[in-house]
Amino acid sequence: MSDLLAPQTEEALLGVVRRAAAAGEPLAIEGLGGKRAMLRPVQAARTLSTRALTGITLYRPEELVLSARAGTPLPEIEAALDARRQMITAEPPDFSALFGHDQPSTLGGMVAANLSGPRRIGPAGALRDQVLGVRAVTGHAELIRSGGRVHKNVTGLDLCKLLAGSHGTLGVLTEITLKLLPRPEASLTVAVRVPDLRHGVAALSAGLGSPYGVSGAALLPEGYPPLGLDGAVALLRLEDFAEFLAHRSAGLRAALAGHGETGLLEGEASLALWRTVRDAAALGALPGEAIWRLSLRPSAAPAAARALREAFGARLLLDWGGGLVWVAGPASDAAHRAVMTAARASRGTFTLFRAPDALRAAVPVLPEEPPPLAAIGARVKAAMDPSGILNPGRMRG
Amino acid sequence: MIALPEPDAAVLARRDRILADLRDLLPDPGPARPGGQAVIGDPERLRAYETDGLSAYRQPPLAVVLPTTTEEVAAVLRYCHRNGIRVVPRGAGTSLSGGALPLADAVVIGLMRMNRILEVDYADRLAVVQAGVTNIGITQAVAAEGFFYAPDPSSQLACMIGGNVMMNSGGAHCLKYGVTAGNLLGVKFVTIEGEVIEIGGAHLDAAGYDWLGLITGSEGQLGLVTEVTVRILRAAEGARAMLAAFRANEVAGQVVDAIIGSGIIPVALEFMDRPAIHACEAFAQAGYPLDAEAMLIIEVEGNAEEQDALLARLKEICGRFDPISLRVAETAEESLAIWKGRKGAFGAIGRISPDYLCMDGTIPVGELPRVLRRMQEMSDDYGLKVANIFHAGDGNLHPLIMFDANDPESFRRAEAFGADILKLCVEVGGCLTGEHGVGVEKRDLMTVQFNPAELAQQRRIKSAFDPQWLLNPAKVFPLEGNPLVHPPATAAA
Repeated sequence: MSDLLAPQTEEALLGVVRRAAAAGEPLAIEGLGGKRAMLRPVQAARTLSTRALTGITLYRPEELVLSARAGTPLPEIEAALDARRQMITAEPPDFSALFGHDQPSTLGGMVAANLSGPRRIGPAGALRDQVLGVRAVTGHAELIRSGGRVHKNVTGLDLCKLLAGSHGTLGVLTEITLKLLPRPEASLTVAVRVPDLRHGVAALSAGLGSPYGVSGAALLPEGYPPLGLDGAVALLRLEDFAEFLAHRSAGLRAALAGHGETGLLEGEASLALWRTVRDAAALGALPGEAIWRLSLRPSAAPAAARALREAFGARLLLDWGGGLVWVAGPASDAAHRAVMTAARASRGTFTLFRAPDALRAAVPVLPEEPPPLAAIGARVKAAMDPSGILNPGRMRG
Repeated sequence: MIALPEPDAAVLARRDRILADLRDLLPDPGPARPGGQAVIGDPERLRAYETDGLSAYRQPPLAVVLPTTTEEVAAVLRYCHRNGIRVVPRGAGTSLSGGALPLADAVVIGLMRMNRILEVDYADRLAVVQAGVTNIGITQAVAAEGFFYAPDPSSQLACMIGGNVMMNSGGAHCLKYGVTAGNLLGVKFVTIEGEVIEIGGAHLDAAGYDWLGLITGSEGQLGLVTEVTVRILRAAEGARAMLAAFRANEVAGQVVDAIIGSGIIPVALEFMDRPAIHACEAFAQAGYPLDAEAMLIIEVEGNAEEQDALLARLKEICGRFDPISLRVAETAEESLAIWKGRKGAFGAIGRISPDYLCMDGTIPVGELPRVLRRMQEMSDDYGLKVANIFHAGDGNLHPLIMFDANDPESFRRAEAFGADILKLCVEVGGCLTGEHGVGVEKRDLMTVQFNPAELAQQRRIKSAFDPQWLLNPAKVFPLEGNPLVHPPATAAA
């Protein structure tokens, strides 16, 4: 474990980066460190954490806008939003169980990884689409702002998007402004028993192609025993005012009737089910196993799933209408090669999401970029972090 | 007027040679090239490309090329890069910020002939289209199956998806459906070096840096887009509108707060001030209340029962604020009647004023009354009328400043008035542009919103893609402060 620096002000954080840049000393960048086991391990003598930069700095429920410092734990933000019946629309997951600890995620950590839950499939999009503005310290040891606190803003290059998902390699997020939505009054789930993944993805597509406003579309290949669901089951979530859900669920069940026997889950059972999907708990990964995420065209998911089952008996969880495939299996080079092959064959992408240090240090944890894009990427990295001090090696070797 | 850089005399001197070279790259017609000539050098024909939606600025380009394939786009870019020639990308030329304004020494790459829909997949909910397909063309292609492409800028009949990507276009329905960036899956991107790169694809989130997000809204500064994969969504069962008019802007602002606070996200929430109400009513006879200071058009989606329930809640909320007029559409026809005036707003202003500037700032919604008050004071000071249309749900304000283009002094004052409005938007916590882009129009105001370090960082990103600054020059970034890059004017191609 490297030395931990946790500045309490943006100014102090700027000072840490300035000294590191001057000395050319790399910094590992994190919030509470809950995602250290993601992607590649960072070799740095010192860790710069945003955990002491906390607090909600602006919350205007009537404008659907919230700003908070990057180190603010998500549960603190969610509690404030809950009190006003609002939510972070992207439904950010809680991966603490997956990573085997009890640290909550910080807002900065979630945005730096651009992680979204089941509601990603809806019109509001990914977490990065809901980032209205950021403050960040670049590797030039400069504080920059991008975006702002208004919903529509196309002023200048969108560095919010570039920083979201850059895993601290281009800048250290210090404050983030999010677009919010009202929390739906009620939700329920239509569950469809399906014979296999191919039929399951077809059921999800039918639901998402219906006019009923499906806000979650997941597929559990082995069912969900806690709720008595055995065998492959397609799950479609509806959320809105309670009075609308009866006729919508009836319409949705009618639309899905040809896809298998349908059932209804309501109340806490439905909410709990979507938490397990969101947090990938339903994947049932064993300690020591590796976990991958594949993002691909939904109709390509069944073939990819079949290939991975044949290659190493992969356990699977599908979300986003089949477009997100969670994979658990042995933390071996062979399994990783099978995942890379499946991603390439489906023209999608993969992330080695969790693995022992030895594996994730030895293999590409993200797909290679074509050479012209890799060249641009290297120039952009140099444009943001000329001394290469921010989270070196985190994304690529 | 906003200054444009001196053209590169060496490039101008090589004009004939450049045209000949471009014709070699994009040989003329034959059945393979519907629409005829792909390279335009004739001064009369170049004038068709001298301006865009910001028609106060005009400058014919050196040449225009009209490629039909990604390979042709790449070949032209490769040639321009090798020879240090500036490039201006163009879709339909509807930019209201001068985003497609040519330069005298630049080659315009017009993408309007790349207008094919390549693939529609309802199961995966996506469409792959060439950059020159119109925005409405995508929705028309999928409407029979009940699907649509969500972002709907006012120019959607004409504007092209490639331009929408470059400007990250919005529309009236952003509160629910987001802007262009949230509705894209992938693009075929061509660098200034002529490299073709697939970014994203048919899947949702890419691994690695979010190149798609960075390119979207980059106003042609980073590269060109020739193909776009968009998300298509299943449309709701129906939509219906209501109209509510109030005695003061402040009151209408409180109503907007109350609606959002109630948990209802209307699919559209449009605000019009008194001058806009009067102009639209005179033009369209939509039955708007002329004694109102502020009017809201609120639209909801769902089946008939859901529409009834939502409209009843909204009517109850509006009723708490002593409305002058409250009209709920009972039918689709009545909805159209409510929208009729608003949709005709640009024509309506055009009827009462020979010319107008359509501004595009965004403000925190709560600042609307203050901003409208200050804007009225400015209107008095400048002696120019202004009408306001406001996407109240997302804070995007469109002041229409009326002036006379035949009077240079009137245009000068209109520009100054517009700049003051945008500075005010920034001052109250908003931004210079919500959906039209910076372009030429707001280029010199970038220093109002960004400090030198922030602008320098954006310029470094630009340089990482376009080291010689050949792409869409003199837009977005104030000229002073740009790196002094002299394209290598090689003698021969």
